[in-house]
Parts: sequence; structure tokens; C-alpha cells
Amino acid sequence: MITSKNLQFSYSPQKQFRFPDIKCDDKEALLILGQSGRGKTTFLHLLALLLTPDSGNIHIGGKDLSGSSSSERTNIRAKSLGIIYQRAHFVSALSVLDNILLSSYLAGNKQDKEKAAYLAEQLGFADHLHKKTTQLSQGEQQRVSIARALMNNPNVILADEPTSSLDDNNCQKVIELLKKQAFSIGASLVVVTHDQRLKDEFPNQVFL
Amino acid sequence: MNLLKISLANLKEKKLNSFLSAMLLTLGIGMISLLLLLNKQLDEQFRRNIRGIDMVVGAKGSPLQLILSSIYQIDAPTGNVPLAEVNSLKRNPFVKTVIPLSMGDSYHGFRIVGTTPKYVEHFQAKIAEGALFSQPMDVTLGSKVAKNSGLKIGDTFASSHGLDSDGEAHNDKKYKVVGLFEPTGSVVDQLVLTNLESVWEIHEHAEEKEADAPADDIKESDPAHELDMAETHHEEEKQVTSALIQFRNPMGLITIPRQINENTSMQAALPSIEINRLFSLLGVGIDTLRALALVIIIIAGVSVFISLYNSLKERKYEMALMLSMGATRTKLFLMLLLEGLILAVTGYLSGVILSRVGLLLFSRAAEQDFHYSIREFNLLPEEIYLFIGALILGLLAAALPSLGIYSLNISRTLAEE
Repeated sequence: MITSKNLQFSYSPQKQFRFPDIKCDDKEALLILGQSGRGKTTFLHLLALLLTPDSGNIHIGGKDLSGSSSSERTNIRAKSLGIIYQRAHFVSALSVLDNILLSSYLAGNKQDKEKAAYLAEQLGFADHLHKKTTQLSQGEQQRVSIARALMNNPNVILADEPTSSLDDNNCQKVIELLKKQAFSIGASLVVVTHDQRLKDEFPNQVFL
Repeated sequence: MNLLKISLANLKEKKLNSFLSAMLLTLGIGMISLLLLLNKQLDEQFRRNIRGIDMVVGAKGSPLQLILSSIYQIDAPTGNVPLAEVNSLKRNPFVKTVIPLSMGDSYHGFRIVGTTPKYVEHFQAKIAEGALFSQPMDVTLGSKVAKNSGLKIGDTFASSHGLDSDGEAHNDKKYKVVGLFEPTGSVVDQLVLTNLESVWEIHEHAEEKEADAPADDIKESDPAHELDMAETHHEEEKQVTSALIQFRNPMGLITIPRQINENTSMQAALPSIEINRLFSLLGVGIDTLRALALVIIIIAGVSVFISLYNSLKERKYEMALMLSMGATRTKLFLMLLLEGLILAVTGYLSGVILSRVGLLLFSRAAEQDFHYSIREFNLLPEEIYLFIGALILGLLAAALPSLGIYSLNISRTLAEE
């Protein structure tokens, strides 16, 4: 579960953002829609604890994170959050499998190869586990990053424009898989996007 | 999955860059290490043979040449001196021993040296089989000669004139092998030792035949021929090539060399001085090579720096990604240091191996030309310092560009792409 209240952030005095309060329970999905320049990515980075808000607070899994230290935030990011970015990015020197295991390694969890293989099976890229990530198509890459986000059974999955670089067919597939997998581990799913194609997929929506 | 695995994967991803850095380091380390090895072993070889010999007397000429030919048996002798004059040195109260040497012939490139049993005593050569030479035309072989020529006790052979293996053979008079020496690690290993009379006898015979031979057959510069010529004219006067002298006390060093140089037809050369001179001549070359090797090592460091710096710029997003996935900055910094360290260790190891291969090749060449072998492949203490130096270089070259990881703005880097 993730909630935010009265979040405000400014890069400069001219560029201030005030974000709506959100609440997303476990096994729920929330769509945050907004046009470019409305601070979508900033909002997601605040929720992902990559940025510190000027005011307001965030609760993840019921825990108030205002005033937490940077190492606490790093730890929560590793263990309780799974983040999916607009364009899938990987450690290019590592194979698909190692990129997935990397999230367990960095979170200090057991590196469960069977689980990685299971997720690959579920997300439909089981044949590509030993390839380099650059050899995969965009849709496949995005599915690998979903698997990576799921590896640590996070409490919250945050997705930043997960479908914007995908065609309609892949967009549909990826979003369905994302929802299905997030619910199967009981996580809250927060998707930030300007992609109108996702409007009908999410009953809960917030507009920036 | 661990840091080492990621570091290795990153190095493999940038194969050519890694190869260049490691290769430069290999070259630099290899050169320095080879120089250390050669310097140490040449020095040891030279000092070992010099031990206990305070002075060498021989015909006038280059003192260094006299030392090289008489002690190390690697240069041509300077000429001949009368035995009587050499023996007169024995009467000097400062002189402890006089070991006359007579050279000029060889067998398969190994020098035949006429001398007295004192020479054998001096180098503490022990008889492995048979006996020491006692009669004229008896020889005792150094261990390397015995091994390479395959001669055994009881075999006879004809020596060839001059110090190359392709000299004219003295077929009418044959040497007989009466004994073999144990390996000594000194110059004795590569010599055929006999007594002085053998050398005289061979050349008395040769000279009878040469009386009829055309004069242009005789090479004036060849010391062995000079021996012949000299004996033709002064039959009664026996000659030797040089003599090794030991003093009873160091006072001898002060007075005797000058006396000899001023009052006799001989010259006196002091091995310690000549060898130091030789090493200081070589030293210029060695210093230049060492400086060159250091420059290569520094370039290797710069190469590690540049390749990490570039790859870090490319991998900025990866770093931000790993940070967002819960990696600490220190962990990533360590990962990058590890890349530098792996390159340094690889470069060092292959450098040390390269230097041994170089030494092996050098030793082969030296053995063919001078019959000296240099065969110690152990790690030198200096090479441990070299290892520490390589590690520091790798760490520094990796640390400088990697410090940027501490100021990387995760959110901005992730948002930019």
C-alpha cells in the first residue's frame, strides 16, 4: 500500500509542483494521467524515494517515510519498491537472467534462479534468459524489466510510462501482464502515463 | 551475482579497451621485471667468477678485454707474455698465488685452457668422475662441456685452432679425456682444462708444419698464432696468455699494479674496477630502458583511467539504475575499483610471465654465444614492490574517474533518458 499527502516539490522557485493526494491499496491499481511537463516523472521519483519532497509525506506499507535517512530510503527502495521505467534500461554487460538476479543481489535477497525462470515463463521471454538485453525487442525488454521489478516481491510497483514506446499490441500485453503479476504478489500498482490507451484499463485514475 | 561478476562482465563488454590497458601494463611490468632479473643474474654471475681474484696480468692492451678473456672467457685474449716474467711475480712478498693461463684453442666452441691445478682449487671445482689432468694432453672437462659434447673418460679429440668452433683442427695431436668436473656454477663449467705443457706441445707441433705453409695462412691478430710466432723466434722462452693473481694482503693492490705497468712488458688489470666500469657502461642502457618501461606503465595507468572514464560516461544511466535498485554508492565505487584492480593484476601476472619468457630467450642466446646460462625464474623481492606499485596504479586510475559516482544525481540521470 502506498499513500501520499500534500506533496510539494520545486526544482526552482519558478518551477513548483503541487501533487494530488493518492492512495493505492494492496492488490489495487492506480493510473496517474497527465500531459508532458506536468511533473509526472517528478511525482513518480518522489513516490520512489529518489527525490525528497519539500513538504508532505509518503507512506509505504503503512510506514511514514518523512524524515527517513537516505540509507533507510535506499533500503526501502531495494526491498519494498519495484520500479519500471519508460524505456527499459539494463546493465548492458550482463545477461537477461543476471539483470533480473541483480535486483535480488542489490536488495540483499537470495538470488533465486528458479523464480527468475518462472517469471520469464509467465512473461513470455523464457527463451531469452541467456541473451544480452540489447538483443531483445522493446516489448521483450519491457517484460524483462517487469520481471526485475517483481523479483523481490515488493509492496509497491511503480511504473513510469511503461507502454509509451510500445505498439498497441505490445502495450495491451505488457499492461495485462503487469496487472496480473502485481496482483499475484499482492502489490499495489501505480502507473504514471500520458498514454490514453491505458484509460480503460484502470478504474482508479488521478489527473495531474 | 556479485560485484566481481559484474566487474568481469563489464571488462569483457569492453574487450578492446581492457586488452589495451592490460597489454600496456604487461609490457611495462615485463620490461622492468626482465631488467631486474638480468641485472641481478648478470651481476651474480660476474661477481661469482671474480671472487678471490685480485688482479690479472697479461699482454698490454685493453684492461677490460684482459679481464673478460681471462676471468670470464668471453673476449679474445690480448696476446702473450713470457712465463718467466709471470713467475717472477711469485717472488713478490705481497703475492699469494699466481695462476697462469694459456688459451688459444677450442673444442666445439668450448675453450681449452692450459693452467695449473691451482685454477681448479680456486674455483673449488670437484671431480665428478675420473681424475684431474696431470700428464700433457690429458684434459678434464667442465660439466657443460661434457654434457654438450658427449665426451666420456677415455675419449680422445682434436682441438681446433682459435676460439671459434670452425677453426683449423690440430689433427696430429689428440687430447685425452681423463676426468669430468661437477657443475660449479662458475666459468669452469664451460672450459676444457689441461696443463700448460699440452698447449705448448700442440703448438710446437703445429709450427713445424706451418714452416712450409704459406705465410698468409697465419692470422696476425689470432693470439694462438702469436703464441706460435713467438715460439718460433724464442724457442727457449715459454709463453702464457695471462695469469690470475691473489694477494696476501690488500697492500699489494696499491703497489704491484703500478710496478707491473711501469716496469714490465705486461699490464695489470683489477677485476673489481673493470667490472664496475663495465656495469656503469651497461647501466646507462639499463637506466634508459627502465625509464622507458616506467613511461609505458604510466601510459597503462592513463589508459585504464581513460577507458573507465569513458565507460562510466556511457554507463551513467546503469549506475543510476543500480542506485535506484538499492545499491549503495560505495558498493558501485568498489565495483569500479575492482575493474581497475583486475586489470592491474592481469597486467602484472602476464608481465611477470612475459619477463620469464624473455629471460629464457635471452638465456638461450647467451648460452649459445658465451656458454653462460641464466636460469633463475623465482620471484624477486623487487617484483613484490612492483606488484604493490601495479595495484596502487590500478586503484588510482580507477578511483579518480569513479569518484563521480558519489555526486551522481539519480533522479536527474534517470529522467534524462
